[in-house]
Amino acid sequence: MTTIQTLIDATALGSVYALMAVGIGLVFGVLRLVNFAYGQLIMAGAYTLALTNGWTPIASIVLCFAVVIGLTMTMEVVAFRPLRNASPAAMLVATFAISFLLQSIALLKFGALGKPVATLTGLNRPIADGALIVRWIWIVAILVAAFTLGALLLLLNRTSLGLHMRAAAADFRTARLLGVRANRVISGAVLLSGVLAAAVAVIITAEQPFVTSDFALRDTIIVLVGVVVGGIDRLWSATLGGFAMGFVTGALGGFLPSTGDWPFTSSVYLDSAVFVLVILVLLVRPGGLFVSRGQRVVERV
Amino acid sequence: MTAMLELKGLEVRYGSVPAVRALNLLIEQGEIVGLIGPNGAGKSTTLHAIMGLVPAHAGEIRLRAKSIRGRAPEAVARSGVALVPEGRRIYANLTVAENLQLGLAARRSENGADLEQDLAWVHELFPIVSEFAQRAAGSLSGGQQQQLAIARALVARPDVLLLDEPSLGLAPQLVDVVFQALAKIRERGVTVLLVEQRAQRTVAFADRTHILANGELTTTLSPANADDTERMIAAYLGART
Repeated sequence: MTTIQTLIDATALGSVYALMAVGIGLVFGVLRLVNFAYGQLIMAGAYTLALTNGWTPIASIVLCFAVVIGLTMTMEVVAFRPLRNASPAAMLVATFAISFLLQSIALLKFGALGKPVATLTGLNRPIADGALIVRWIWIVAILVAAFTLGALLLLLNRTSLGLHMRAAAADFRTARLLGVRANRVISGAVLLSGVLAAAVAVIITAEQPFVTSDFALRDTIIVLVGVVVGGIDRLWSATLGGFAMGFVTGALGGFLPSTGDWPFTSSVYLDSAVFVLVILVLLVRPGGLFVSRGQRVVERV
Repeated sequence: MTAMLELKGLEVRYGSVPAVRALNLLIEQGEIVGLIGPNGAGKSTTLHAIMGLVPAHAGEIRLRAKSIRGRAPEAVARSGVALVPEGRRIYANLTVAENLQLGLAARRSENGADLEQDLAWVHELFPIVSEFAQRAAGSLSGGQQQQLAIARALVARPDVLLLDEPSLGLAPQLVDVVFQALAKIRERGVTVLLVEQRAQRTVAFADRTHILANGELTTTLSPANADDTERMIAAYLGART
């Protein structure tokens, strides 16, 4: 019974991380930019929910999406656009700076104690009483992830904006030569990543209804690692990587013994165990777990 | 005759090193102009400057008498200039049909051309495009990829087609296929600037061919000069005639 319980928990966490991985992977695809500040977008959404506790949930969630999307687009115009031709290292450092800036602002403005979120606390209740605890929010998380990924797949494969995004991700220079509008494609990808961040903010606050300035920071680091482990060059492998990290983190948290003497308690060595796995994976498959070795296209003349 | 593309005193530098110097070139509507010369002479740089891929340090680039200097590559493409880049640059992981669809990004809606008709013409010109429509473009042979790259540029219905060494790395019979296609493109009235390494073939094919050496135009040849290899070799080595 506990095994099934752990697997359900792990799948739910994996779904949320998969959404974050898509958000990070979309922007990386078109900008070659690893957005370290992604977690702070989620944090901003979470604070929006916390500050609108008295509102009806719908209004609260709508404002959360508006704030996160606004912040994402501001980030694009103020930071990413001027640095578009800068080196990847400069862009990464810039996103670090944004990340710390936003965390500090949150700390100064809202204090170190944190704020409770009451928007969707009802979803944190179990569906039914019993030995197996399935919370509503997990169902919602898995459904939202499945629906969002499906919709994204349709967008990428069935629309011309999607085709332009895929082309831009593979070879931006050639895409521009063909008349693909760089700004439109980049804004589209950044906008989508903002929508995903807002959705993740709503889901995570329902599970952990307490917002601090480092909210979603640890999750972002784990997802970033997952994206690299899965293979950052492709959206689907990055997404799978995010899911895998969430699943493994959730599963190890459940399967590792939670009692015993220091240091053998799961909360202490969970991260160590996860990152040992990461190191092993990268040693064996440096290109990414889900990128098959034969995928290099051989040019035939 | 109206001037379609005009380069006036074009200068491009990489750092402090000049790659193209005081280049003047006027191409009239429907003309096929060849540009040949040794490696590193500035041929590709000239095409890249026209497309806005590299900034022009000095000089003017005019399309239909309107300056396009300083425009972004996508804006140049959308004003009717298409480049078939060196190395073909097709999207290996996308299907042939998707590659072709990307070419439509630069298509201008206002000129009232019939899309169906244009597509039919491109498919007739390069039958492999419809034959392998659903295949990954990366699985095509080099010659087929080159045909796809030209087809992709043509579906945008450009006024000016720039080709950067389309015969590079192709077997002789595939070079024939490329030049036969160019002949049909000429019939359609598209203005062409053809950068090539196959000097003799280019001189014989183009209305006129310029030789570019050390970033400067040195010699102009007509199809009648196609067998004058001595003059060509001298120009390659830097002589002005």
